[in-house]
Parts: sequence; C-alpha cells; structure tokens
Amino acid sequence: MGSIGVLLVGRVFPYLEQELDKRYKLFRLWDYPQKAQLLSQHAASIRAVVGHAGAGADADLIDELPKLEIVSSFSVGVDMIDLEKCKAKGIRVTNTPDVLTDEVADLAIGLTLALLRRICECDRYVRSGKWKKGDYKLTTKFSGKTVGIVGLGRIGQAIAKRAEGFNCSICYYSRTEKRDSNYKYYPSVVELASNCDILVVACPLTEETHHIINREVINALGPKGFLINIGRGKHVDEAELVSALQEGRLGGAGLDVFEDEPAVPEELFGLENVVLLPHVGSATLETRTDMADLVLGNLEAHFLGKPLLTPLV
Amino acid sequence: MCFATLEPLYSHKFHFLSPNPNHSLQHFLRLHHPSSIRALLCSANYSVSAQVLRLLPSLRLLLTTSAGTEHIDLRECRRRGIQVAAAGGIFSQDVADAAVALLLDVTRNISAADRYLRTPNHANPPSEVFTFASKLSGKRIGIVGLGSIGMEVAKRLESFGCIISYNSKHKKANVSYPFYSSVVDLATTCDALVVCCALNEQTKHIINREVISALGKGGFIVNVGRGGLIDEKELVKCLMEGKIGGAGLDVFENEPHVPKELFQMNNVVLSPHCAALTDKSNMDMCELVGGNLEAFFSNRPLINQVMLDMVE
Repeated sequence: MGSIGVLLVGRVFPYLEQELDKRYKLFRLWDYPQKAQLLSQHAASIRAVVGHAGAGADADLIDELPKLEIVSSFSVGVDMIDLEKCKAKGIRVTNTPDVLTDEVADLAIGLTLALLRRICECDRYVRSGKWKKGDYKLTTKFSGKTVGIVGLGRIGQAIAKRAEGFNCSICYYSRTEKRDSNYKYYPSVVELASNCDILVVACPLTEETHHIINREVINALGPKGFLINIGRGKHVDEAELVSALQEGRLGGAGLDVFEDEPAVPEELFGLENVVLLPHVGSATLETRTDMADLVLGNLEAHFLGKPLLTPLV
Repeated sequence: MCFATLEPLYSHKFHFLSPNPNHSLQHFLRLHHPSSIRALLCSANYSVSAQVLRLLPSLRLLLTTSAGTEHIDLRECRRRGIQVAAAGGIFSQDVADAAVALLLDVTRNISAADRYLRTPNHANPPSEVFTFASKLSGKRIGIVGLGSIGMEVAKRLESFGCIISYNSKHKKANVSYPFYSSVVDLATTCDALVVCCALNEQTKHIINREVISALGKGGFIVNVGRGGLIDEKELVKCLMEGKIGGAGLDVFENEPHVPKELFQMNNVVLSPHCAALTDKSNMDMCELVGGNLEAFFSNRPLINQVMLDMVE
C-alpha cells in the first residue's frame, strides 16, 4: 500500500505519524508553505485524509482532492469535517469513539475536583512558600453536589457514573429525553443550569450546539455555579464566559478546550477560580495509542475492501 | 479555622478563652486560672502531652478537630479521667475527594498543564514540557488503611472502573476487596497507592524505599494521612532518580516545611494539609464541637468519643 497517498492535515501523536509514514505515501500539510503547492503536485495521488480535533476536511479541501475516498479522524468529534459533503460524494468518514470515553470522563471529574478544591492553586501556594506564613482557605466540597450534563452520550454517561461515586445527583439536557435513563431530564440548557451546581458540556459540536453555553445559561448557573467544558471551545461563548468570570457572575470554570486553540484568553490567567488545560482530554499514552490503532485499522480495512471499524459516513 | 466560625455561634453558652498563638500556654495560664478550664479544644497541630495536661488540673473534656489523635497523650487522659472526642468520619468524604483529586491531578498532569498555560512565552509545546499522562480508569489501586476514609476512596475509584485492594492492620470482614498483609506485596500488584491510615508506632514510615521501588517507574503514590507515614527523604530520592511515576501529597513530615527538591518537579502535586477543609466540613465540625460541648456540660454522651480503654 506504499503508493497510496495519505494527507495528514495536522500534527498527531508520533506513533500514528510514524505508522502512516511506514504504510503509505504520507504528505504532511505543514511541510508545504502554500496548500496550492501541495495540491498541484500531489492532489491526484491523495486517497485519504487523516485529521484530528482541530483540523479535518472542509468543503474546499474535499473539492480539491478528486481522488479522496476516506477521511479518518484522530478524534471522536468530527465538527471539522464537512459530513454532508462527504455523504454527497460517497466519501467514507471514521472517528475514534469508545476508546477515549473513559479518559475524557476521567478528565471531566479531574477538572471539577481541581476547580472546586483549588488543587492547582494549593500547589502554587505551597511552591511559592506561602504555606510557611499561614494555612490556605476553605474550598468547596464536591461530594453530594448536583451535576448537570449537556449531552448524555457515551462520554456524558461515563461522567455521570463517576459523579455518582461521589454521591452526586445527576440531571441532563439532551436533544431528546432518554427513556431508559434514571437521571432527571430538563428540556432546556437554561433550566438545567438553574438546577445544578456543576454544568458539564459533553455533546458533539454542531450548528445547533454552537455557543449552547451563552450569557443566559451562564447567568442561570450563577456565582455559586461551575462550568466544565471537555467538548469543543465553540460550545461556549468565550467572551461572555470571560466577562462573567471577571464580574463574579459565575463561580468558576474548568476548561480543556477553547474557541481558538491554542490561544487562551489572557484575562483568565490571573483568576484562581479557573483551571486551564491544553486540550488533553484523551491525552494519555494508552488512549492515544488505541485511537491511533483505530485510525490505522479503519484505513487498512478501507483499502482492503473490508468493513470499516468505526464508520460515521 | 473552625474556631472562627464556632465562637460567634456558641459564645452565649460557653466562655471561650483563646490563647494568643505568640504566647506560651504557661503565660496564658497566668492570666486565666487553670481551675476554670474544664474543656480544651485543639487541632492536630497542638501536642497535648502529659506536661500540658498537668498544667490543666481541672480539665475534664478534650476535643480535637482532627480525625487523628496521635498528637494527644491518650494514656494520660485515661489516667486522669478526661473524656476525649475527635472528628470521627466527618471529614471522610472531603478527604476522599481530595485523595482522588490528587490522584487524577498527578496522573493527568492537571496542575502542571495549568501552570504551563499561565506561563507566558513557553518555548516548548506541551508534549515536550511534561511526560505523557497516564490513564486512571481501570487501573489497580492499593489503599493503605481501609478505615472510613479508605472506604470512601475505594467507592469513588470503583466508579472509574478501578480494581481495589488494600492493606490494613487486620483483614476486614464484609469487605470483598483483596487483602494484602504486606504493603510491599500490595505495591507490587498495584499501579497506585493511596495512603489514608492513622499514624502510630506501627505505621510510621510504612511507605519506605522498598514499597516505593515495588510500586515502580509507572507507579503513583497519594498521601492524605500523615507525613510520617512516608519516609520522605527516600520518596524525594526515588522521585529524583525516576524510580516512581509521581506523587500527590497533602501532608509532610515537618509541616509547613516541604522538601524544596519537589518544587522543581512536574510529576508531583503539593497541597498544604487541607484535604479535610471545605466550607461544608467546617460547618459540620462546628456543629460537632458545639454539640459535644453542650452534651458534656449536660452530662449526655459525646459524639465520636475516643474509647480510651482500647488504648494500650
């Protein structure tokens, strides 16, 4: 398969890049200062695109690659891929569900605990020598709080299960109520936010869920409420979030994702009621390896004419 | 901490005498006659030795805001007929939450990454600054000390699909987790240890070089018990030598002093002995102390009384 052209549109886990390089004729988008250069030289040989959470295949790219057969994303979210266009042109799309569910759910709880119990602030407190002058202040208890989940899919359910281990009550918002769920359903995100202590964003990013966390939701969550985002940066109106935090209208935020990564609003750096992470939801050796194997497995299956492992389209 | 909340709530019922922390107890007792002092409220930091008790001949009740009682000479209390009550299980949930918080933080590099993002002009991308994180779900966790706190830790980690085993002074009936009588054996089979036992003569330095080596390069240790449970010098050495994956520590051998070698490390998370200290636990503690003062002075049984006849 060494002659099959595969275009890697963003930097990924080294193991994945190495394996793609071994198995296929790999083109790295960042090797070409102009995309046009890459296209004029190699468009005709590119039969697959490998993307990730931050880069995929939009309508333009799909049109520019006439031999494109499959887009395999090194992520579970596929908001960077024009799914409709792929459907229309018969291009297959795969992602990496399930293998990262536990990992992302773990991080959602980790962010929540770090935020409410001020773990990062406490660590800073000790490292700066301040403990010698006095004790740190009281933090907020997590156990027993009400957790509201936006999107009760695989990741949302995994978060709920973990929160229940801390005696939390669970409620949720979803496009449709889940009949087989025992958790309390709210038909709008504002109502969910009004009735929970910690709001966790765990749904896919689509046109409908863009800025699903807006000023109204943030105000409903309130000065004693906390927002945790392990979805996509664009789920949250970031400017509104920043002003709410600065004005004390929101109790705090734990963020793994941002609207314009890797940029993080500088106004957040001085706040002790935020925890900031560089999009590491699935970033452990084990999980990234499993995700990479799924990308490689899907590509292999496609080029051997076998059923895809995790097709979306 | 709790006293600031307690005093306004109960000052109409009890006359609280609050020593100036800069003065010695002897100085304080020149101002307030010892015979007037019938109850003492202290924290884990205050050593209630036989000498201290001798200065308080009228003392009948000793309340500590900690779960632990290793700072109190319980034998002397029993000899003097002084009743003792501690925090009992009041802090267990909060301490268990903090233990899981530290474990998640150290395995997933949360504090290190937050610190990295807030540092301007970082020359290197995140992947080069700290080693790849470790998965927690499904891992094998060894709990050292399966008391009230240990059980709460186990319950939380089970919801992450973790596999729990433990070491305790004795095997617990009605507990299905595998029991290891040797901490080294426990460490050998586990990916992480969470230390939550009481500090006493048998448990001092229960986590030593042998245990840490058995845990190994990919292993993590979290301590929410007492600093003295870990041979701190050895832990620092092992961390520096890369013999262990990382550590999350709420307690240290000589608080508030923390070995400065740890400040250079991204694979340790440090916390100023505050695992128990939340808004809720503080209120609960005040209610417990107030309740016990009322109970004692009305000759009613205490809550979370320390059974002194069990003391060796």
